[in-house]
Formats: sequence, structure tokens, C-alpha cells
Amino acid sequence: MSLLIDQLRPIVGQQNLLSTAADVLPYSFDGTPVLHQRAACVVFPTSAGQVADILKVAAHEGVPVVTRGSGTGLSGGSVPVAGCVVLCLVQMNRILELDARNLTIRVEPGVITQKIDEAAATEGLFYPPDPGSQKISTIGGNVAENSGGLRGLKYGVTRDYVMGLEVVLADGDVVRLGNQCVKDVAGYNLRDLFIGSEGTLGIVTEVLLKLLPRPAARKTLLASFHSLEAAAETVSAIIAAKIIPCTLEFLDQQTIRCVEDFSHVGLPTEAAALLLMEADGPATVVADEALAMERIARDHQAIEVQTARDQEEAARLLSARRSALSALARVRPTTILEDVTVPRSELARMVAFVAATANKYNLRIGTFGHMGDGNLHPTFLTDERDTDQMQRVEQALDEIVTKTIDLGGTVTGEHGVGLAKKAFLKQQLGDASYRLLKMVKATFDPHGLLNPGKIFD
Amino acid sequence: MINTNLLQHLDYSVLQQCMHCGMCLPTCPTYDETLRERHSPRGRIAMIRAAADGQVEVDRAFAEEMYYCLGCLACQSACPAGVNYAELFEHARAEVERRGVLNTRRRNFIRWITIRVLFMHPRLLEALGYGLWLYQRSGLQWLLRKLRLTRLLPGKLRALEPNTPRVRLPYSAGRIKVLEQPSGKIDASRRSYRVALLTGCVQDLLYARVNRATADVLLANGCEVVTPRHQPCCGSLHAHNGELELARELARRNLDRFDLDRLDAVITNAGGCGSHLKHYGGLLAGDPDYARRAEVWDRKVKDIHQWLVEIDFRPPTARFAADRVTYDQSCHLGHGQRVVAQPEQILRSIPGLELVPLPEADWCCGSAGIYSITQPEQAAKLLQRKLRHIESTGARTVASANPGCLLQLENGIRQDPQLAGVRVVHSVELLAAAYGRELRVEGVGGW
Repeated sequence: MSLLIDQLRPIVGQQNLLSTAADVLPYSFDGTPVLHQRAACVVFPTSAGQVADILKVAAHEGVPVVTRGSGTGLSGGSVPVAGCVVLCLVQMNRILELDARNLTIRVEPGVITQKIDEAAATEGLFYPPDPGSQKISTIGGNVAENSGGLRGLKYGVTRDYVMGLEVVLADGDVVRLGNQCVKDVAGYNLRDLFIGSEGTLGIVTEVLLKLLPRPAARKTLLASFHSLEAAAETVSAIIAAKIIPCTLEFLDQQTIRCVEDFSHVGLPTEAAALLLMEADGPATVVADEALAMERIARDHQAIEVQTARDQEEAARLLSARRSALSALARVRPTTILEDVTVPRSELARMVAFVAATANKYNLRIGTFGHMGDGNLHPTFLTDERDTDQMQRVEQALDEIVTKTIDLGGTVTGEHGVGLAKKAFLKQQLGDASYRLLKMVKATFDPHGLLNPGKIFD
Repeated sequence: MINTNLLQHLDYSVLQQCMHCGMCLPTCPTYDETLRERHSPRGRIAMIRAAADGQVEVDRAFAEEMYYCLGCLACQSACPAGVNYAELFEHARAEVERRGVLNTRRRNFIRWITIRVLFMHPRLLEALGYGLWLYQRSGLQWLLRKLRLTRLLPGKLRALEPNTPRVRLPYSAGRIKVLEQPSGKIDASRRSYRVALLTGCVQDLLYARVNRATADVLLANGCEVVTPRHQPCCGSLHAHNGELELARELARRNLDRFDLDRLDAVITNAGGCGSHLKHYGGLLAGDPDYARRAEVWDRKVKDIHQWLVEIDFRPPTARFAADRVTYDQSCHLGHGQRVVAQPEQILRSIPGLELVPLPEADWCCGSAGIYSITQPEQAAKLLQRKLRHIESTGARTVASANPGCLLQLENGIRQDPQLAGVRVVHSVELLAAAYGRELRVEGVGGW
């Protein structure tokens, strides 16, 4: 152990290596409930060269390396492996280049997601992916988990914005994948292999991102419904009317009530479902789309449709959705957040199934999520000290996952597999695809030192 | 061990409520400074939890971490899960003190003289204030500085000497009568109230004028104001510095001092005190004689801004002849008490006052109780950050709402040539001045 630390210290310097119990303890977990494990030490490299040297030492000593940003992940992707080196990239947080002519931004992996959009805004540009933790999540973590957000329906996810990566491989070699060209078919698309690879294939040390022109206008609406079906049909009708809103979010009754209790924004607590809709783009188009969405919601028996008059009111309506998880988390000591995703057409069925399962196992589950893209967040409100209840949570989860797969869905839409969803991955992929994953891993990381035990065993 | 670990008495669900999502990280000044998890609320909670579970020692590293925390409570505003961080860190510091892991002769002496002697005995504190006043007024301070005899002081004191606060006599007792009635001209259609005014300790010594202004705005809004003499300290200093038993004792003294049944509210104008004063219920929950009264007390304690908005205060009519004003939130008013919108609402009600938003107004100025003394380096960094934001607003007046913040800002501004002439006031002073102008304006028949 001390041998390992003695070799790492000269690479990053004394001040960038943590090894005492008090220093290392807070790196035992990420944003995932229940999971924790103690690392041997934490290092804070400041360059790709240092990352390469660290990997060489780790390979030589046969010690696993777990990469981490701000530790906000929701599937245990950056939870340490016992005795590992935590490679924390938060000090690599420079914005290297904002290129308004090519509409790109080049950043180090430790840059905070929101700061990227703020930097883009100075040139009238836009970085759309907005995961819930954008105020503190790092872009490196977003790339590793291929994070989504509220704008997925119209703008896609992190993958859709990554044009290039600098990656340090397990043996310490540094590769650059992708470039500023919109078109590029030279060789296999290796870049995409690293997006969503959860730190198991290499360490991302630089990211080149695509930017879009900033939408000129934005309009936000909030509609409430007596039934989930009415809300789901509204969504289908909006899409059938050839409108792609940037946001189409929903909250079920359990969530509505928790949010209202917590933030008093004046939500209708009798409603079975709430839809938060947002259109963005040129002002005239946005105005037309907002009107059309309002009409469609009313045609589908919406109880009430509110259109935000200004930015401030829009922010207030959006906060209802943004605070959903927070509000649910206050109810019970342990919050287990799921991430099942189904084809849009199956959404109403899936939500109903979750509610029925909650009843069957006598559990509290609040469901909210991205109605536009089929990504749901059933949230179990429980207590990890109650073993009987935790057992029922597991059974319910198992049924929800099986149903998701039956409906042609996926066990994780945007949080990643990490440790939390590992058990379900094989069930979803089938033997051949699962084997393929392992072959890829073995190619890039033959000694199995990069975030071992994540995604699969 | 004979005494059980205080942390084990904590309601475990408070610890468990932290889902380590990390939303507190970007709001924490110490995490922002170091980018190290242990210097973040989430990291500290993990350490406290591990200590409660007996997995780590309450040792020097633990203790230093708990004292590196500013206790600004910005994390509480950001926390989605509603973790009561204040309670956690107060208990953690109390456990540190119980074990004495930071004990040195010097530290023990300083803690004894301040926490156990001065801030437990208001008359002694007042006497010290007179002494300081004499030192400053007699020319002795000037002489010592001129002769550079301050060099003889020990290191830390020498660094602090230039920041010795200016005692401003008279204290509140010389400015406010024990009972003051609103003048007869009050609108008869408005309800009238009877409130007590808390004068504070540091506030009373250094900013008694703020207490006068608070009384004035209360009177102008139909409140009868009761201001008992020689009020006990609220105990916030004690609770924040690991002396929960003394804090309980002071809470009891305060409860004994005020006849709650005959009061509509107990008014505080110091953000730091208010944040503590509203939690006597939790502090005395295990005390059968006081628990119930403490709950009533918690409901009746109101920050002055909060109270004014609650009773639908009367906007002043006279034009305010001031320049640009910016408002710097006191952390314990904003994060601790969630009184965020009211101070700005009050300032905006003053005709002619131009309120310029202060960037990072919700970010600590580094004062943080006695943090500027215990952690001068980190405090100085935060002060600089604050001063640059103040400069960027172009405001000539900075309003805040806590004596520690006022003092910190005054000290910073005095030594900063870029901010020469900028004055620091409590926000109610501006309101009181506006009401004051009304009378003068009426006197000369319009303006």
C-alpha cells in the first residue's frame, strides 16, 4: 500500500494525494443510496500526462483505478472498489477553447456541466444536455454515463454532442478520437465506444463538444389531468401534431403531493398527473406551438393549463419538476431512484404497472420522468434499516424491470448500469450481446483494472 | 467509555436523510476553495455518520474539519432532502469539545473567558465594552498604534488589533426606553401589536443604533415595544462552538426573562441570533419544565424583516435621498431562517432607493460568528470575494442584517481603496431613515 502511495505522490505532488482515513472516507460513495466502499487513496491529476503515469503505476502494482468527477452518479459507477485508487478529475476543470466558427467547445473533464452552457451562452450558443445535477456534475462524468436530462426528446443526450475525446488507455497510451469535422468515417467509431463506458475502458481527459445556436424564445406550460391515460394521450397527440417540445415531463399523484408539501408552488394535489411542457426556438414558432399544446391538452380533458407569462413564472413551473426527487427524498430516510425506460407508446401502461406493483407490495413509489422520451423514474421511499421492507422493494423492483424488458424497454435510460443495475443487464441483453461487452472490455483493459466490477462482473 | 458519544444520541434518521447527491457541493465555500470532499457538507456528514457508528475516531482531523466549516448553512438551502445540517455540526463540535481533542492551555483560556465568562454575563460584557470605548476614545489606542507598541502583542492578536471593533456608546439602554408606545398618529384601522425587542450582545455594544432603528420601524407600524435591560445572550455562540449545555442554560434564562403570553412576537434583528433563537424547542426538548414554553417561543421569535412583512408594514412615503444600495444577505438570515425575499421587499418599498442586486449575495462574507478570528486566512479570501462583488455593483451603501456581517464588511471596506466612502448599514436603518424623513418633510410642509 505505502509502496503504491510512494509511487503516486511524485506524480501528482503531496497536496494532490489523499490517503488518511478522514480524507479518503468521503470518497466512499457517490450519489447512489446504500452503496459504499473504502478506497486506498485519492489522487487529483492535473494533466493527461499525470493520468497516464498514474495508470502505469496502477498497472504495475495491479491496483484497480476508479475514476470520479463530482460523485453525483446514480448507479454506483464511481463508488470505489475496495482498496482502489480513486482518480478524481475535478481539478482538470479548464475550458480550453470556445470556437464560435465551428460551434464547438473544448473542455477538460472536470468542468461543471452548467458552466459549459454558461460559457456557450456568452457567444449566443447552447449546450442542451441538462442532467438533474448539472450545477455540480462534471462533463467527464456525463460522458462516462452518457447522461440525459429534461431536454432529451428534442435535443438528445450527451452522446449527441460529443465530437471528440482524448482518452488515456489502461496501459497509459493517450489517444485522440474524433475531431471538429461534422462528417468523419475514418475507421471504426471508437469515440462512441467510450461514451457511456462508465470508466471501464479508459480515462477521458479532454472533451470536444458540439454546440447549437441558442433558442431565441421559450414558453413553458403546466397541465393537470384526472387520469394518467389522459396525460399520456396528450403527449401522443402533441407528437402526432408534429410538435417536438424541448421538454415533456410528468409527475404522478404521489410526486405532485410531495412537491406541493415541500415547495408550495400551488400544484393541484387532486390531479392524477401533471405535464410540464416547454417549447423553444424562434419566437413565432414557439408562440404557435405553445398555443397548439395548450389546445391539445384541453381537448384531452386537462383540468387546468397554465402558461407561464414570463421567465420567472416559467422557472417556478419548472421548479415543480426539478424538485421532484428532492421532495420525494424528504419523505423517508432512504430513497431508491430507478431509471427504467420504455418506448413512448408503452408509457401509460408502464406507469400503471408501477402503481399496481407499489400496491401489491405495500410500498410507496413516486413516479416522475421524461414522458416525451419514455424515461421514467419510479422512486421508492423506504428505509434501509427495515430489512422486511427492503426485501419487498427488491421484489417489486424485479417485477418492474421484467415488465420493462417485456415492453421492449431498457433497465436504464440515463443513469448507467454501474453496480445498481448490474443484475438486470444480462436479462435485457441476452447472452451474445452480453458476451460482446466482455470481449470489448478485455480488449481495452486486459488486466481488468479500470473500474472493475461495474456494468458486469 | 463512561460518557456516551454525543453523536450517538443524534436522531439517526437526520444523518440518514443525506442521500449524498452532492447538490450542496457548489454552495459550500470551503469545498469551492479546496475541491476536497471532506471540506464539503456531504463529506462532513459522512465523517459525522462514521463517528456516530464508531468507525472513525473523533480525533484532531475530525475536529479541525468541523471547525473549518463556516456554519453558513448555504448547504441547507441547497439540500433537496432537507438535512438539518446545523444540528449535525453543532453536535459534532460539542463532541469535539467533550473529548477535548483540540485542548491547549491558550485555547482553553480564550474559550473560558469568552464563552463561559463574558457571553454568560451581560453586565461583564457591557463593562468590557466601556473599557474598550475608553481605550479607543482616550487616545490610548491611537498612541499605542503610533508608537507601534501593538507589535508587542502575540502574533494572532497583533494581526487582529487593527480590526478591533469600535464601541459606540450609549448602548441600547441609553437609546431605547423599557416600554415605548407608538405615537398617536397611527392609522386606527390597523391592528396594534405588542412585541419584545432583543438587543443582542455584540449588536448592543457595536450597533445599538440598529436596535434604535428597529424600535423606530416597529413603532411606525403600530407595535408597542418592550425592551428589557441586561438581556442574556441568546446562546448561539455557545451552540455553534460545542457548548450545548451552556446554550440550554441561556435559552432557559431568556425564556424566564420574557412574558410570552403578553407578547405577539419577540423581535430579533441579528441574523445569526435569530437562526439560533428559533430553535429553542429542539434544544430544550428534553427539559420538562421548559420544553412547551420553548415551542411557543420558537413560534413567536421573528426576524424584523419577516415580522414587518407579516404585519403588512406601511411603505414610507418620503423620498429617500440615497444613492445606490445593494443588499448582502446574512447567511443565518437567508439560509438559517429562510428569510430571503423580505429584506429586499422592504428596501424596494422605500421611494427613490435604487436596489442593485449583489452577485453571490447568498455567499458567506467570511465573518461566520468567530470564524474570522479562528480561521483568518479562509475568512480573508471570502471577504475579498465579497468586496469585489460589492465593487461591481457600484453601490455606495451596503445593507446587511447581522452584526458580524456588518463588522466584517466595515473592516474590509475601510482597508480597500476601491471602496472608499462606501457605507455599511443594517437594512432597517434605511427604512427607519425613510420614516424619519416623513416627519421632517411634514414639518416643513412638503418637499
